[in-house]
Formats: sequence, structure tokens, C-alpha cells
Amino acid sequence: MNYHWNWGIFLQQVQSGDETYLDWLISGLGWTVSVALAAWVIALVLGSLIGTLRTVPNRWLVLLATTHVELFRNVPLLVQLLLWFFVVPEFLPRDLSLWVKQDMPAKEFVTAVICLGLFTSARVAEQVRAGIQSLSRGQKMAGLAIGFTLPQTYRYVILPMAFRIIIPPLTSEFMNIIKNSSVAFAIGVLELTFQARQMQEDSEQGIETYLAVTLLYFIVAFAANRGMALIERRTRVPGYIGGAK
Amino acid sequence: MKKTFALGLTIASAFALSQPVLADTLAKVKSSGSITMGIRESSYPLSYLDDKQLPIGYHIDICNRIVDAVKTKLDLKNLKVMHQAVTSQNRIPLVTNGTVDLECGSTTNNAARQNQVAFAPTTFVTNVRMAIKKGSGITSLSQLDGKPVATTTGTTSVQLMRAHEKGKNINFKEVYGKDHADSFLMLETDRSVAFVMDDNLLAGLIVTSKNPAEYAIVGEVLNIEPIAIMFRKDDPQFQGLVNTVIRDLAKAGELDKLYAKWFMSPIPPKGANMNFPMSDKLKELIKNPSDAPAEAYNKK
Amino acid sequence: MSFFTQFDFSVIAPSLPFLWEGLKFTAKLTLIAMSGGIFLGTLLALARLSSITPLAMAATWYVNLMRSIPLLMVILWFFLVIPIFTGKPMGAETSAIITFTAFEAAYFSEIMRAGIQSVPRGQVFAGQAIGMTYWQTMSYVVLPQAFRNMLPILLTQTIILFQDTSLVYAIGAKDLLKAAEIAGKNYGRPLEMYVFVALVYFVVCFALSNLVKHLQSRTAIVR
Repeated sequence: MNYHWNWGIFLQQVQSGDETYLDWLISGLGWTVSVALAAWVIALVLGSLIGTLRTVPNRWLVLLATTHVELFRNVPLLVQLLLWFFVVPEFLPRDLSLWVKQDMPAKEFVTAVICLGLFTSARVAEQVRAGIQSLSRGQKMAGLAIGFTLPQTYRYVILPMAFRIIIPPLTSEFMNIIKNSSVAFAIGVLELTFQARQMQEDSEQGIETYLAVTLLYFIVAFAANRGMALIERRTRVPGYIGGAK
Repeated sequence: MKKTFALGLTIASAFALSQPVLADTLAKVKSSGSITMGIRESSYPLSYLDDKQLPIGYHIDICNRIVDAVKTKLDLKNLKVMHQAVTSQNRIPLVTNGTVDLECGSTTNNAARQNQVAFAPTTFVTNVRMAIKKGSGITSLSQLDGKPVATTTGTTSVQLMRAHEKGKNINFKEVYGKDHADSFLMLETDRSVAFVMDDNLLAGLIVTSKNPAEYAIVGEVLNIEPIAIMFRKDDPQFQGLVNTVIRDLAKAGELDKLYAKWFMSPIPPKGANMNFPMSDKLKELIKNPSDAPAEAYNKK
Repeated sequence: MSFFTQFDFSVIAPSLPFLWEGLKFTAKLTLIAMSGGIFLGTLLALARLSSITPLAMAATWYVNLMRSIPLLMVILWFFLVIPIFTGKPMGAETSAIITFTAFEAAYFSEIMRAGIQSVPRGQVFAGQAIGMTYWQTMSYVVLPQAFRNMLPILLTQTIILFQDTSLVYAIGAKDLLKAAEIAGKNYGRPLEMYVFVALVYFVVCFALSNLVKHLQSRTAIVR
């Protein structure tokens, strides 16, 4: 292969500017982590709510929650992102639409976070539902029998158990959100994949660039994995599932 | 970060052991009985896909002449011609790793790229300028202060704007599309007031848009870029063949004819006419073919 | 003027042959990657659970590595790096098929591992007791049950796989999304095309996820 290797490229200055390519990648990493964490907050809060609603004894709430899940998990993330960015603002009133498109602060970031958050919330909701349904019915009945209302039963009995059970799949989802945040470059968020493309265009050292970026993603995803593993160990329910490992 | 870097270096030293060898495209083509052209999907009118998803365009026509010359030279009547769609991200690795033998797209010949690949004599010259909506009244970079300006991810237009003297003191907000079509969509849907890019690409996007009369290309020339066909470097035999074909086309007036066919007449798929007269720079280059990089055209 | 009044879906009809070609590639990629991925994934799962430590470690590393890198990067890597080793160039489509099979194998292996672990240990002992070899126990006793238990989850992963194929745009393979983008460019109508492909993806995935639900209720009765 006639490739011209240049591993010093990361410390070189970009073609027009004072920064080095390493600075570009580090700032991209910062945006990647910010997008992923902000979207994860939305996904967790909304996903828990929707997942819980799918198990309550009210047909309309269940239908509402089911619609949310089906809507957001059946269209590819990239397509959803393009719809949010290009199509949705066109349905707003003209002034608001222009504000969203031109003056809204950090508009690409906000759009990416909302989109990624909603997409992931559908998957988190499914896991929360699975966690709740894996509990024996006796737990809910016991809660109601000692005089808790239904919301109290969820709050103090069902959800604390359900969340501990679903930590392993939630870990995968947390790693997924970090990796999935890479589609945000498609609408111009200056995250890691974006910086990689820019660096490879500017420096023409594509293989070094992509190798470095792959390593950075790996490190972040691995850190997330270890962090969740720590939480998993701390919150393990004695005598319940921990022993099955 | 340090750890990443150390790991990178380890892998680097593993790779660096393989010394570059002299490429021999003609031998490769002869033994495999096929040649692979790298094509673009929407670089109007240099290289793009028609209604039937077949690659057409000014550079495709020129490449077909080169392929004909390869056929004659190797005496391979049944040479198979394959097409590989490339993007601005992967075109150079694909040429260096042997997937693509001849890249017929819209690649700027610059000094950084000459480290990796070789270029044919320049066959097109583009100027980086901006497309705007006529109603906006914008005619110069200096009017973009505080306004959103679109460009495409992985291109260097924003850096060019910053570097230009009229762009230095203004503060525009850059927005990025993932490809030229998305960047144009930003201009169309008022997400940006201008789209900065190679003028031939802008002209192509305008003629294929919903309402071509609404747009215009205006403003200062931010950079002059020679566009050329690309292939593996350190391959004197193949380079010689490509150079001869293009010099002959230039001398015989064939390049002028091909230019007129793609830039000055109706082209598929919609039968639109780009009306994009040949620049003086290109006229000069047809008289004296050269593969000098962009840096030679933009001396400060 | 509202944009809605400017929507013109008449451009979809002439682009249908285009889009059909794209959908066919998306479907082909999904089916091959699913069957190949489940096959390799099962082997990986068996390797991870085997008592041969180096084999188990290698499989664990492979699975964790694949699961920690964005798919977009994996697609790019296979495309750029495989030709260096094989010495032969490879088309984007072939590359996409190999990449997705190798990548999905990691995910399918996690599912199959859970499936295998869900089979009571006594069944393995029972198999050994009647004189079955390791491979016989696996292929006649354990794997059929593991596969059946995990069928809904395997299908759910396939739906995700179907959606993820939209990322092959990065190497220029023509899937459904790419076909729609090209059609959108040719006719100057990208927004309509984005809306239309979203609908197509939704219909296909929704139908598949209902199939999953149906299967879930059936396997539930069997238990």
C-alpha cells in the first residue's frame, strides 16, 4: 500500500489557524460527551415515565406510551435526525420557524440532544417495562395491601427493584448513546466524527485520523461501561440476581 | 490522552515497517482484466449519477478516453470497467489502497494531497464563492456579519472565509450540512443566508433545485482551485499514459468540445443548462497543461 | 408562505424504481447479516462459555471491542483496511455485507449467550449421561431451546440491524436512504424524500415488531 504515514500530524498546526489537530479532536470529544450525557438525561427520565405508563391499568395511558415507543424506535436515527432538523421547523408559524432555524442558541446541539434523547427513550422504556414485568405480581399486591396508593407502590416497591434488575441492559444503552451521538455530525454538531472528517480533509492523513478517533470512542464507551458496572455492584439486590452471575 | 497517543505510536511503528513500493497500475489492470473508476454521486456536472444510476459527466467522459487508451496499450478488448462511488472522506484512502485505479470526481489538486496521490493535468478550475437567495441583497462577504453561513462538513470553506481579508473582521455563524445537497437545503429553507462552495457545484445545485431563478452566485473569489483526475503516485508508466491522453485531448480541441457539452448545453437528468462559461484560467491551462497544486494559484 | 403548501409528493412516483433497488439492497444486507451474524454469534457465544480459557478470552475481547466502537467507524475500517490484507480491492456492497455480519455477530452472540444460560444445567448433564458428545448436546438439546427462547430478542436485534443499514452511506453503497437522497437531488426535492423513506422504514419495522409481539405470545404459551 502506497500510504504516506505521518504520525506526528496530531501535533501539527491546522492549515489556517493556531490550533493543532489534537485540539480539534479534544474539542470534538467534549461535544460528543456533552451530547451523549444531555441526551441520556432525557432518555432516562422520559424512558422511565413511558415504560412505567405501559404497565399501568389504564388503557389510554398504555396506548399513549405504546405509540411513543413504536414511533421512535421504528425509524432509523439518522432519518429521524434529518426530519427534526429539516422538516419539523417547516410546520411551525413563520416567525417561530425562522427563529428556530437562525437565532435559537446552539440549535444543532439542541436538535441532536432532543432527537437522540427521544430515540433512546423508546428503548429505555422497553427495558423499564421488561424490568417491571419481570417482578412477581405479589410485590405489587403486597404494596397495595399495606395501604400504599398505586403511585406509592410504584415509587417505593416496584421501580426500585425494576431499575436494579435492568442495569445490565441499561449499560448497553448508555454505551449505545455515546456511539450513536456520532450521527449528530450530519446536522453539523462539532463532535468527534465531525472533527475527524474535517481533520482528514485538512491534513489528508485519513488513516491516522480515524485510528485516533476510534480509540477515543473506545475509551469513552469503555469508561461508561466500567462506571455502570460500579453502579451495578453497589446496587445489587442481595440474594436476588447477583448470585446468578 | 497520553495513553491514546502511546498506543497510536505502537500501531504506527507496526505499520511503518512496510515501505512504499512502486505502484504499477497497468500490471494490476492487466492481471485482473478490470479497471475501477472512482465516481461521485452528485458533483454536477463533473461526475454524477443519471436517472438509471449510471455515472456521467465531464470527468467521466475524460476518464473513458483514458480507459480506451489503457485498452489499446494492453491490447485488452474486453477490459471490464467497474465503478466505485467515493466520497470526499474516502477517495484518497481508496486510491492508495488499490480499490480505485482512477478517480474521476471533483478533487482539488493541492500540496497536502500530492503527498499521497498523483494528479493528471488540471482539467477544470473552480472558484470558491457563495450562493445566496436573490431577495437577500447580499453581494459581498462583508455583509455576512452575524448571519448564518452554510458549508459542507469536511470542507475547508470556513477557514477560507476567515483567511480572506474581508472575512477577518466579521463574525458569521457557520452551519454545516453532511453533504452539498443538505448544505443547499439549508440555504433553501432559510437556515443560512449563504452557502460557500466551489462555484461549479453551486451552479449545479441551483439548476437542479426547485426554483433556480431564486438563487445567484456572488461575492469575492475566496480561492482558486485546480480540479483534476487522481491516481496512485510513484507509477511513472500509468502517469505517462494519463498525461499523454489529456495533452492530446487538449491539443486536438476535444477538451473544449467536452466542456461545451457539459457546461454550456442541456444535461441529464432534467435537461437543465448550467451556462457556465470557461474561465480564462482553464483556457490558459488547455494551452499549457499543468499539474501544479492549488498553492501555485493562490500565492499571497 | 408555509412550507407545507409547497410539499410536492408527485416526485416520488418516477423515483420508485430507484427506491425499490435501494430497498432490495437494504433487505439483502439485513438478511445476510442476520443469518451470518446469528451463526457466527452462536459460535462466539459457545466460545465465551467454553472451558478453554484462551478461546473464551479471545471471544470476549472480540465482542467487547465491536460493542465499544461506533458502527460508522467499523464500516469505514473494514472498507479501508481489508484490501490491505487481502491485496484485492472490494466493492462497497461486499464490504458492507462482511462488516455487518462481523459486527452483528458480536450483538447476536450476547443474545445467544443469555439464551444458552437460560437452559437449565441439568439438561446438559442429561445429554452427557446418555452418551452425547459436546457438539451433540449443543446441537440437539441446548441450542434449539436457546434459539427458541431468544427468538423475539433475535428479531428485535434484526429490526435494529435493518435500521442501522442506513449508515452504509459512509462508503457509498446504495441502500434505501442513499437511493432516496440521490432521487431527492435529481429532482430538487430532498425533503419529500426524507419524509417518504421515514414512512417506508416505519412500516417495515412496525410490521416486524408486531411479528415479534406475536411470537412472544406464542413462546409464552409453550412455556
